[in-house]
Amino acid sequence: MNTVKPGYVRPLDLRNGRVDLGFGAGGRAMVQLISELFARAFANDYLARSDDGAVLPALGQGERLVMATDAHVVSPLFFPGGDIGSLSVHGTVNDLAVMGARPLYLAASFILEEGYPLADLARIVDSMATAARAAGVMVVTGDTKVVEQGKGDGVFITTTGVGALPAGRDPGGARARPGDVVLLSGRIGDHGMAIMAQRESLAFDSEIVSDSAALNGLVEALYAAVPAEAVRVLRDPTRGGLATTLNEIATQSGVGMELDEAAIPISSQVHAACELLGLDPLYVANEGKLVVLCAPEHAEAALAALRAHPLGAEAARIGAATADPQHFVQIRTGFGGRRMVDWLAGEQLPRIC
Amino acid sequence: MKYVDEFRDGTLAAGLARAIAREADSGRDYAFMEFCGGHTHAISRYGVTDLLPANVRMIHGPGCPVCVLPIGRVDMAIRLALARPEVILCTYGDCLRVPASDGLSLLKAKARGADVRMVYSAADALTLAAREPAREVVFFAIGFETTTPPTALVLRQAAAQGLANFSVICNHVLTPSAISTILESPEVRRLGTVPLDGFIGPAHVSTIIGSQPYEFFAEEYRKPVVIAGFEPLDVMQAIRMLVRQVNEGRAEVENEFARAVVPDGNLKAKTLVAETFELRRSFEWRGLGLVPYSALRIRAALAPWDAEAKFGLDYRPVPDNRACECGAILRGVKKPTDCKLFGTVCTPETPMGSCMVSSEGACAAHYNYGRFRDVPVRVVASSAPPDQETA
Amino acid sequence: MCLAIPARIVELLPDDQCRVELGGVRKDISLALVDGAAVGDYVIVHVGYALTRLDPEEAAQTLALFAEAGIDPEAAFADDATAAAAAQ
Repeated sequence: MNTVKPGYVRPLDLRNGRVDLGFGAGGRAMVQLISELFARAFANDYLARSDDGAVLPALGQGERLVMATDAHVVSPLFFPGGDIGSLSVHGTVNDLAVMGARPLYLAASFILEEGYPLADLARIVDSMATAARAAGVMVVTGDTKVVEQGKGDGVFITTTGVGALPAGRDPGGARARPGDVVLLSGRIGDHGMAIMAQRESLAFDSEIVSDSAALNGLVEALYAAVPAEAVRVLRDPTRGGLATTLNEIATQSGVGMELDEAAIPISSQVHAACELLGLDPLYVANEGKLVVLCAPEHAEAALAALRAHPLGAEAARIGAATADPQHFVQIRTGFGGRRMVDWLAGEQLPRIC
Repeated sequence: MKYVDEFRDGTLAAGLARAIAREADSGRDYAFMEFCGGHTHAISRYGVTDLLPANVRMIHGPGCPVCVLPIGRVDMAIRLALARPEVILCTYGDCLRVPASDGLSLLKAKARGADVRMVYSAADALTLAAREPAREVVFFAIGFETTTPPTALVLRQAAAQGLANFSVICNHVLTPSAISTILESPEVRRLGTVPLDGFIGPAHVSTIIGSQPYEFFAEEYRKPVVIAGFEPLDVMQAIRMLVRQVNEGRAEVENEFARAVVPDGNLKAKTLVAETFELRRSFEWRGLGLVPYSALRIRAALAPWDAEAKFGLDYRPVPDNRACECGAILRGVKKPTDCKLFGTVCTPETPMGSCMVSSEGACAAHYNYGRFRDVPVRVVASSAPPDQETA
Repeated sequence: MCLAIPARIVELLPDDQCRVELGGVRKDISLALVDGAAVGDYVIVHVGYALTRLDPEEAAQTLALFAEAGIDPEAAFADDATAAAAAQ
């Protein structure tokens, strides 16, 4: 005899359950995954409506719409200082923030591997929700697909975000001019080395923690302190590190750069870990740092604004843009000599020699 | 970091720079070769050139085991990994991107399905073999005398454990032979010997072999050798000591890296290597050609762990691009900018020869760190006729 | 050549291994090539192996040589002469 109450659906076993192909099939299982996991965690009216898309309010007067997207395939999925979930929120929020926009809404699409533990997925989703709330954004729509075991790395997440760019703000990679001051919001290399430490064959023990963070608050603090047109370029130096970001800007803007190595903040542990593995910290990824190219007459105020914000406490002036038809990024070493900081050639790999 | 940061101090650097400038005789030029890739890297990365007087020139030698690794040896490893799916090919990070034949590298072979993995240490390859009994772990070993003892250790451990699924492709090469080749080879006589006034001897190779082996060069060729530590201050002090030797007409072996190098080196390591390896009669060095008694192979007693014997691997030499000037550059006869291919066809992304293949090579170091110095400063008035340009 | 870095032994481990520390980062490496190393010693580490011990006295002497290089003998002499004149 059927003693199950009508309308009863057994909840997902978030402790011991695993992702199976049914979750991506579009049927009841998928709806259940969405409502019990995603919608519960992200908790907003848009998701509650369970429509195929989210109808968003119009922007304010003079604001322009900005969109950005980021796919996340980080391995390992969990690392000191974050996980793929928080990273996916911060990554897209930061892409919007460095456009000068206020990040507003995110779409999140998941590709899950069959067999992935639901408990870990729940951790990731909760982490995303926490990161989104802290950044002041909402995950308003999403998608889920499941691939067969062996065809995915546990979880891949793509986030797409939209934000509102207030009138007057127009930072861009091509806007730097000779004389502009280069500011950096804090220590380089934390994220990349936190990930490296987890790699089995490189394993080392340290207190290095990923700097993964949402930068929109820091960017707003900057714009509150200086005129919008003084903020020429905003970037977050992710893959390829500070060196790659500065080379990109130099090329786009048609300028050179001169940096002061002694002024670039780096933690002693990141420095030591790089020495141990033969890596150059200038090329190591960051996930919570801001690079600003600022008009020189407002550089002091900009730096002060960054330093007053928790994410910018160690902000520093690290150099300046120059007139250089070769667009070289040069650095004065702590030792006293000069050298170039070139584009990264291929992936940075630990060296023996 | 203790024993690191103090040896990078900018104030001491300025002092040493002044000392070298004082002691260098302004009436002559000095040309010193730093043999070792690590020193090339230190000079480039810290901008040491800026702190030297104009009459003291550093020439970058061939001491980079990745750079001198012939394409044919990499091809051998790639062929093995692609032909046999049971093979896990392990190597150091430096090797993964070395371009080999047919547009392949170990990394690209991985993209084609070969199981190629990076290890930080030879011990990791051994551990992998123990963990994966159904697979064949092959360790592609490169390096000078510094890196050879670890390979010797894992070979002996594999033998002791009777680990049948582990073997090594041995590409270890020897420093003194390379130095001889630079000083001896007929090509140098053809191209014109560079007045090389002395050598900066390798840092970490010397911790193993000691300072004694260099005495041959000092005596035979009347060239001073100063063994220098790895940090930029060590390099500058070594340059200062070389300048002094030249001024005083001495040709001795001096040891600046006294904190880690003793005359006999590391006896335990040397013995281990001697028991594990024997000399190959000759070995091809990329850029230098065949060099006699310059490389090691695994002794017959350890043949089951010698991948070349185990898998019947054959070596096919592959010549470099004919316009490649690495041979002359490695001997200090030409500079990277003298090579037609430099910076155009040949870049760190698309290296054509040994000097560009790893960041230690003369061309790569110059390209990555120093090519901003090549650009002449010219002030040109755009609408002025040519004879009014100021250069 | 061969990238190697001095690190301090903080713990001896079985099987000829040890734990070293550099700038706060710790890693386990092999001591199989070095005899008689003790906790507190500094070793040069290359590809996961200690190659040799670092001699602290020699290190101090080398640093002293660097510092001595920075003193210009002419200037030192001039200073002495000036000081001597001022003391008259």
